[in-house]
Amino acid sequence: MKRLYLIRYGEIGLKGKNRFMFEDKLISNIIKALKKESDELDVYKTYGRIYVETDLARDKVIAKLQKVFGIVGIAPAREVELDVDEVKKNCLEMVQEALPKSGVTTFKVNARRNNKSFPLNSMELNRELGAHILINTEDGRLQVDVHNPELMVNVEVRKKAVYIYTQDIPGCGGLPVGVTGTAGLLLSGGIDSPVAGWMLMKRGVKIIPIYFHSFPFTSDRAKEKVIDLTETLATYQGETKLHVVHFTDIQTEMNDKCPAELTTIIMRRIMMRIAEQITLNNGGKSLLTGESMGQVASQTMESMYVTNMVPEMPIFRPLIGLDKVEIIEIAKRIGTYETSIQPYEDCCTVFVPEKPATKATPDDVKEGEKDLHIDDLIEKAIDEVEIITINPYK
Amino acid sequence: MEEIYLDNAATTKPYPEVVEKMKIALTTTYGNPSSLHRMGIEAEKMIKEARKNIASKLDVSDKEVYFTSGGTESNNLAIKGAVNSLKRHGKRLITSSIEHPSVLNLFKRLESEGYDVKYLQVDNEGIIDLEELKAYLNDETILVSIMGVNNETGSIQPLAEIGELLSDYDNLYFHVDGVQSFGKVDIPLSKIGIDLYSISAHKIHGSKGTGALYIKRGTRIDNLISGSKQESGIRPGTENVPGIAGFGQAVELLPSQDDKEKMYRLKELLVTRILDEIEESYLNGPKIHSGAAHIANISFAGVKGEVLIHTLERDNIYLSTGAACSSKQDTPSYVLEAMKVKPKLIEGAIRFSFAPSTTEEEVNYTVDKLKDAVKMLRKIMQR
Repeated sequence: MKRLYLIRYGEIGLKGKNRFMFEDKLISNIIKALKKESDELDVYKTYGRIYVETDLARDKVIAKLQKVFGIVGIAPAREVELDVDEVKKNCLEMVQEALPKSGVTTFKVNARRNNKSFPLNSMELNRELGAHILINTEDGRLQVDVHNPELMVNVEVRKKAVYIYTQDIPGCGGLPVGVTGTAGLLLSGGIDSPVAGWMLMKRGVKIIPIYFHSFPFTSDRAKEKVIDLTETLATYQGETKLHVVHFTDIQTEMNDKCPAELTTIIMRRIMMRIAEQITLNNGGKSLLTGESMGQVASQTMESMYVTNMVPEMPIFRPLIGLDKVEIIEIAKRIGTYETSIQPYEDCCTVFVPEKPATKATPDDVKEGEKDLHIDDLIEKAIDEVEIITINPYK
Repeated sequence: MEEIYLDNAATTKPYPEVVEKMKIALTTTYGNPSSLHRMGIEAEKMIKEARKNIASKLDVSDKEVYFTSGGTESNNLAIKGAVNSLKRHGKRLITSSIEHPSVLNLFKRLESEGYDVKYLQVDNEGIIDLEELKAYLNDETILVSIMGVNNETGSIQPLAEIGELLSDYDNLYFHVDGVQSFGKVDIPLSKIGIDLYSISAHKIHGSKGTGALYIKRGTRIDNLISGSKQESGIRPGTENVPGIAGFGQAVELLPSQDDKEKMYRLKELLVTRILDEIEESYLNGPKIHSGAAHIANISFAGVKGEVLIHTLERDNIYLSTGAACSSKQDTPSYVLEAMKVKPKLIEGAIRFSFAPSTTEEEVNYTVDKLKDAVKMLRKIMQR
């Protein structure tokens, strides 16, 4: 049996002319998230609502939809024909389903009549339905509270049918992934960068994760960890193309030709250059990092200034103003934390100098890079980038 | 060169005969050993045979061999089981500071539960001090647990002397973690007076998920899990017939005296070549012939062990670090630390571990590649 879910979406309702594009994207994202599980799936929109009909188990549907950005609320609903008695009967059944086993529960009927040809108006519906529910439940189990009800019986009278729901489960908000563009995410195995990726996904950005692999200086387990992180991120955005850049030769060369204290910042600059090209090749227009102000040597304002000079694209740093504990909190919520804390990150920090420069100037860096001629190596790294496609919906 | 597997202290490649035996247990003799019908009896026979083989290699009675899921479980069963059954006699427990985590972490837990645990120091060859042991022994002591061969360095403990010291005490059990010593070093269990001896199948070319505990007749230990009557109720649960059958087969193929001598020759070749040909390389733990034949632990100054391992991996050579990687959490090898190896050298420590099938050609090839790798990494790391 197919069940019905009413999908509420907030912000995208406001977006003027783009609204249809946003709604269509949201619908297609919902379809992608659910269709692997069942062919019995209908997703359609009318009047500022998206409806999902599917025979999938309810818990599964909600879990999947809670990972689709753009959804504000998910309400398991019933579709009832335009008939007062039918509406009464269904309202009562739904209240009885939702009622806790004991104690007194406060409730309220919240009816909205968009279809003016329906015989009762909103006020009359509230009254009639409220009375019907009260009379037909066990004495004392229910109490009306119009201000702070524990149970809200929502009744929407539409053109072709009446929709009833008693629960509104929060979605993750934001904008449907893909509507605001594509960004290259510099993904390490750490806690921060996956969170940064998630935050921009939430704002409708499609993420291309880019990971710099330096075997044998970083182990293949570190790469497996990044693949695991990408799999988690992909549950929010669907098909994700992880780009693995083989970085060993560049790093060795850099290590050989540049002053030790500048290797971290020069490495960041090279990474930006490579990431920008990969992002451009994928139609993206910005870069994204997990940097937070002052966290480590490469995350001082001076370092970011010098790093920013490399790409023409904007570099977004959604975590810039967050403390580590705040970042960890999000990482736990979105499911990347447990993977991130496995001990393989930068496991062998061979290339981290004892005293990295935290206040390098553009001139210092220019001087430091003067013996470094690695255009060929960079081109080769981009040409030979390894693409791992992860599709959680397949 | 085909793959060169020198990580036999981590696990070993199951012998084809073992796999064959396991296949029979999975395809033909798949009955439940507790079933009353013929298929159950056939399965039970396989277990009986395996138990007999293992008992005979240990030179004990087959009634003294109990199957478990592996070394960790055997150690847990022995230690917890013994402590629970003897706790009314005292609270002192003695172990060494270089035991495997399945022993060490268990003792830490017992310590937090109120037991008085003494951890014996070791010298720079990884050997405990008998005088220290003597000083800790008292009438309150109910368990002494010492490993036979150390998994990181191959150091061999003086078990006979320990057994001698313990023989003066009643209500005290002597447990030996024999996971690395079984089949490699001869340990006459009953002569030494060992009450509990843990062994594991996958270290001797059997399969993972199978181990055994020798429990000397008359030794009373409490079971950890409750269930039916398998393994006399000491370790209930339907038997892992394929694993046990393979284990029984693997012990038939334990290294011969010739094999052990060959492994010593290869270890000598490896160690002397490395120490001669690679500057600032150091053998950790026991001298070549005082340690077990199958393990050698060597440090390379200025190199991170983990990076070295990944570098050699590119040449299809598989090794381990003794130490976990230490850039994030500072957890160098506690074993090497206990042996007073300098922290910088602990970082650059590599464990080589042989099998009877290891060849001279493989050892020479490994040393050749190692020389290149150390040279390359030192150039990058030492600036």
